[in-house]
This record gives sequence, structure tokens and C-alpha cells, in this order.
Amino acid sequence: MTIAEKELLLDVQDLKVHFQIKKENAWPWTKPADLKAVNGVDLQLYAGETLGVVGESGCGKSTLARAIIGLIKATEGNVLWLGKDLTELDDKALRATRSDIQMIFQDPLASLNPRMTIGDIIAEPLRTLRPDIPKQEVSDRVQAMMMKVGLLPNLVNRYPHEFSGGQCQRIGIARALILEPKLIICDEPVSALDVSIQAQVVNLLKQLQREMNLSLIFIAHDLSVVKHISDRVVVMYLGNAVEVGSAEALFANPQHPYTQALMSAVPIPDPNVEKSKEIQLLEGELPSPINPPSGCVFHTRCPHADAGCAEEIPSLRGSMEHQSACLRLEELQAG
Amino acid sequence: MLSTTANKEAVENFSEQLEVKGRSLWDDARRRFFNNRAALTSLVILSLITLFVVVGPMLSQFAFDEVDWGAMHAAPSLASGHYFGTDALGRDLFVRIAMGGQISLMVGVLGALVAVLIGTLYGATAGFVGGRTDRVMMRTLEILYSFPFMFFVILLVTFFGRNILLIFIAIGAVSWLDMARIVRGQTLSIKGKEFVEAATVYGVSKWAMITRHIVPNVLGIVAVYATLLVPQMILFESFLSFLGLGVQEPMTSWGSLLNEGAQTMEIALWQLMVPAVFMVTTLFCFNFIGDGLRDALDPKDR
Repeated sequence: MTIAEKELLLDVQDLKVHFQIKKENAWPWTKPADLKAVNGVDLQLYAGETLGVVGESGCGKSTLARAIIGLIKATEGNVLWLGKDLTELDDKALRATRSDIQMIFQDPLASLNPRMTIGDIIAEPLRTLRPDIPKQEVSDRVQAMMMKVGLLPNLVNRYPHEFSGGQCQRIGIARALILEPKLIICDEPVSALDVSIQAQVVNLLKQLQREMNLSLIFIAHDLSVVKHISDRVVVMYLGNAVEVGSAEALFANPQHPYTQALMSAVPIPDPNVEKSKEIQLLEGELPSPINPPSGCVFHTRCPHADAGCAEEIPSLRGSMEHQSACLRLEELQAG
Repeated sequence: MLSTTANKEAVENFSEQLEVKGRSLWDDARRRFFNNRAALTSLVILSLITLFVVVGPMLSQFAFDEVDWGAMHAAPSLASGHYFGTDALGRDLFVRIAMGGQISLMVGVLGALVAVLIGTLYGATAGFVGGRTDRVMMRTLEILYSFPFMFFVILLVTFFGRNILLIFIAIGAVSWLDMARIVRGQTLSIKGKEFVEAATVYGVSKWAMITRHIVPNVLGIVAVYATLLVPQMILFESFLSFLGLGVQEPMTSWGSLLNEGAQTMEIALWQLMVPAVFMVTTLFCFNFIGDGLRDALDPKDR
């Protein structure tokens, strides 16, 4: 199936999230600085697909996720969910879409209330959004869901601290799935887990996605995990999407210089290959999102930048399958 | 090796036999509390003291304000019927301690209860809602803080006359302020946790968020602080009584009994010792119960 035939679930249009930061020792009337955490991101998500979001720490991945789900208010732009703009709905109207979009968090233990038994934790979304469901059915559903994510139903009376990180993440997944959502936003769901547990959780997510026909937005900074789970990938840099494409195309042929640098840093589990591999180091530090560079935000660190890059802001260009935001895309590809 | 379906069935059968009924935080807390010996013993002793305070006056042949002219400063004796002795005016201490205990315990428990209820909800609301609401609520609190307490009590007494109810109002009005601050601080730290974000994602209302997610997580500190508050209230009442703003003669409280006893301790030690023993035991019990409650309410400690 080509992209054009799939059902468009989520359409994020020019999303901007700016935080107002007070400077130290500032006068009360000094204008606070704008931290541009997400600065004009467009992305589309189709039914049943997994969209990976990668980028280094502080590039706005988590903020993007929170803005989509409404935990943080978007400064500008639209988040269209099945055609409805989530940024303009009030709390009451938002409740209706709550059961369609759920989220899994980075820290498995911190995302569970330590004073609630896991039975209560998993049941809470149901009790909140579907108070009409009788108690017995809620507890049946909770147990069925626990089986589904690989937890024994007799653990309902345990507290979160009695579980390992991987099990806690399964509880978090069960809580997100109990409402039978269409989309789950996973905010680095495996980065706090051991590698072997990571594989279990990622495979569980893949399996559940097949069974329940879920869409996932999968945020991670581990490229191999993203490659494993994603259908399409967005690469972010300093609040901007610099490259979007199908996972195969993007990993086989990274077009944007930033993506290329990112890919070259992935370790290869073969010492001989690893030794001869050339890592493309980036110069300098990640610029401050309070004062991002002009033009292409990557030009300060880009090995191919020229004078034009500092002036014009690049937009995503290319085929539906693979787009990147680089002004010198054609020149670079020609060699 | 067994086929996987057979395995799966076995697991399912096994899991069906296991307990899957939900248990609430309170069931768990009760069980843990009753497993704590020190707390349980304290609860028993405290119940006995409460029982004595309630039925004590009926067991004695004397009334609490009755002067036994033949037995001033009489030492404790079973024969005379003055089991705990008498005070300087010949009034029976056994009855007076029971009567005083009623006032002291009532002031202590009710005062602490009011403080905990108002303080917890006020603090949790301010902390959780945050922003301008928080600022307004906390500034209001500071204004109440700065209000001179003695002045407030004297005003109340001059307008409404001396009344035990006024003591409750006066104490209740000031004691929740600390509580609110403590709870607000705790709430601020809990608010940033991911489970609160998760609850927001599935649309938990503000009120449910405060009562279901915030308050249970501050209960440990609240329980301990509340039990420390009870003794504080009792002492507070005795201070008011000492100034003549609290209970009035011939009515009494443990605080005023202690006060009288301290003045005569060189000639009649029992007048100090008996109320002191009651007071100290009660305070100890409250502290142990507080510890027990904190442990019981924290699932991590089991």
C-alpha cells in the first residue's frame, strides 16, 4: 500500500512550542526570552503505521509529543486528529479524543502512582473516561489486558515498586491500551531499560500493534531500536524536522548532513568493521534553542554549509517517500 | 517438552485459582498497621485512657467540683475513695483528671482533625493548581499567619464570652496554616512526576487528581504531622487556660491540672505526677500511632 491510500490519522501543521524563560537577575519588566523547543514541525501519521522520531537530547522530541497530546500548549500551529484541531478544543471536548490517543512514558516507575495497586492503575483510565462500565467488567478487562502484555492477573494487588523496570513498562503499556486507543505516543519507552528488556518491550509493542491495529509515534535516541520498529522516521534537530522518510529509504540513504552524521555514530557490533569505520564528527556544540542560528539551523555545524545556508530557511523537499530540509540537497547528492 | 498451548492453558488455570480480587490502599494500610506492635499497643492504651476519661466520673462517689473539707492535699488512698488523692481545695483528682482528659483529648483530636482536613486540601489545591491561584492562596495564608493569635483569642472572648467552643475555633483557625504549607511543598514535588502527566493524558479531573493522586502521596507526612499536632494542641489549650482564656474553674483540663500540680509539687507530688503520667502516656501513644500510620500508608515499607 502506498502512503496516499492510507487513512490519515494525525496531521501536525507548522507546530511551534515556545517556552518563556526568565533570565537570571532580570528586572521584573524585562521581556522573558523565548526558548524555541519546537519550531515549526510538520508531520503526518497514517493508520497502522509507526512513526519514529529521532534526534539528540534537547532537540524537542519529547516536547513535540507532549504538544500533540495536549500536555503542553502549542504556541502556534495545528494538530489535526481525524480532521479536528486538538489545539483549539476545550477540556470537555478534548475528553472525547482522550481515549483515542494515549501515551507511554520514559521512566516506567515514575509514571505509576506508588500508592495505587497496579489493578487500580490499569483500571483508572476506564473508570475516568467510561464510568458507565460496571465494576466486574472493568476488572475482567484489566485482567485480560494484563495477560495480553505478559503480566499474571494475580498481581493486581501489588504495588509498582515491587516490579522490575520492564514489568513497570508493561503496566504502563496496559494502562495506555485499556482504552483501546488508535494512537500511542511512546516517549523513549525503552531508554531506561536494559538492552535485553528493551527487545522484549519493543517486540511486545510490535505484537500489540499488529493485534490491535495501533499507530505508534515512537520517540527514541537509539537508532537501531527506531530502525527495528518504525515504518517511517522523522529526524529532528533543534526543534526542526530535518529529514522525513520511510525507514528503509532513510537508513539506506540518509540525505541530510545531520542524519548522515547521526548514522555514522551508530556503533557496529563487529570490531573489524567498527575499527575501519569513519565517524563523521560534528564541529561545535548544539546551539541554544533560545537563540537558534539564522537560516538553516544546522549551518553552524554543517560540514557542507556555504554562505547561503545562513540566510534562507530550508523546507522539506523530495518525494512522498523521502524528504529532507537541506538547501544544497541536489549539489550534495550529485557529489 | 510440552507443547506451548498446553503450557499456556496450565498457566491460565493456575492464575485463575489465585487471588485476583482488588484490595484498596486502606485495607492494606489497616493490615500493616495492625502488624505494628508498638502502634497497636499504643492504640490499646489510648483507647483505655479514652474509656477512663469517659466513664471515670461515673465510677467515683465525688463530683468534679465537690470540695471534701476533711481531705485537702490528701495523698492517694483506696480507703478514702480518693484513688489519685485530692488537690489543694480537697477536690478529688480521679474525677478531675477524667473531666480534664475529656477537654484535653477533645481539643487535641478535633483541633488536629480540623487542621489536617483544611490544611491538606488547601495546600494540595494551591500546589496542584499553581500559577495565580497558588499565589493568591499562599498570600492569604501569610496574612493569616501574621495575624496576632493572642489578639484574636482575646477578641473572640470579649465578643462571645468564655466558651469551650471558642477555643476550638481559635485553635482550628491557626493550626492548619503550617499543615497547608507542608502539603503544598510536597504537592509541588509530586506534581512534576510522570504519573500525574499520565493521569492528565486520560483526562482525570482536577478534583480526582488531588484526592486520588496527590493526597495519598502526602498522607505519610500528614499522618506524622497530625499526631505531633495533637500534643501541641493539648499544650496549647493548657497555655490558654493558664492565661485564663481557656477552660474556667471549676472545669479543668490536663494542662491546668499540671499547672496547679507544679505549684504544689514540694508538698503534694501526686498532684503533679498523676496528670503528668496521663499526659505523657497519651503523647507517647499519639507519636507511636503516627509512626505506625506513616509506615502503614507507605506501600514501599511492607
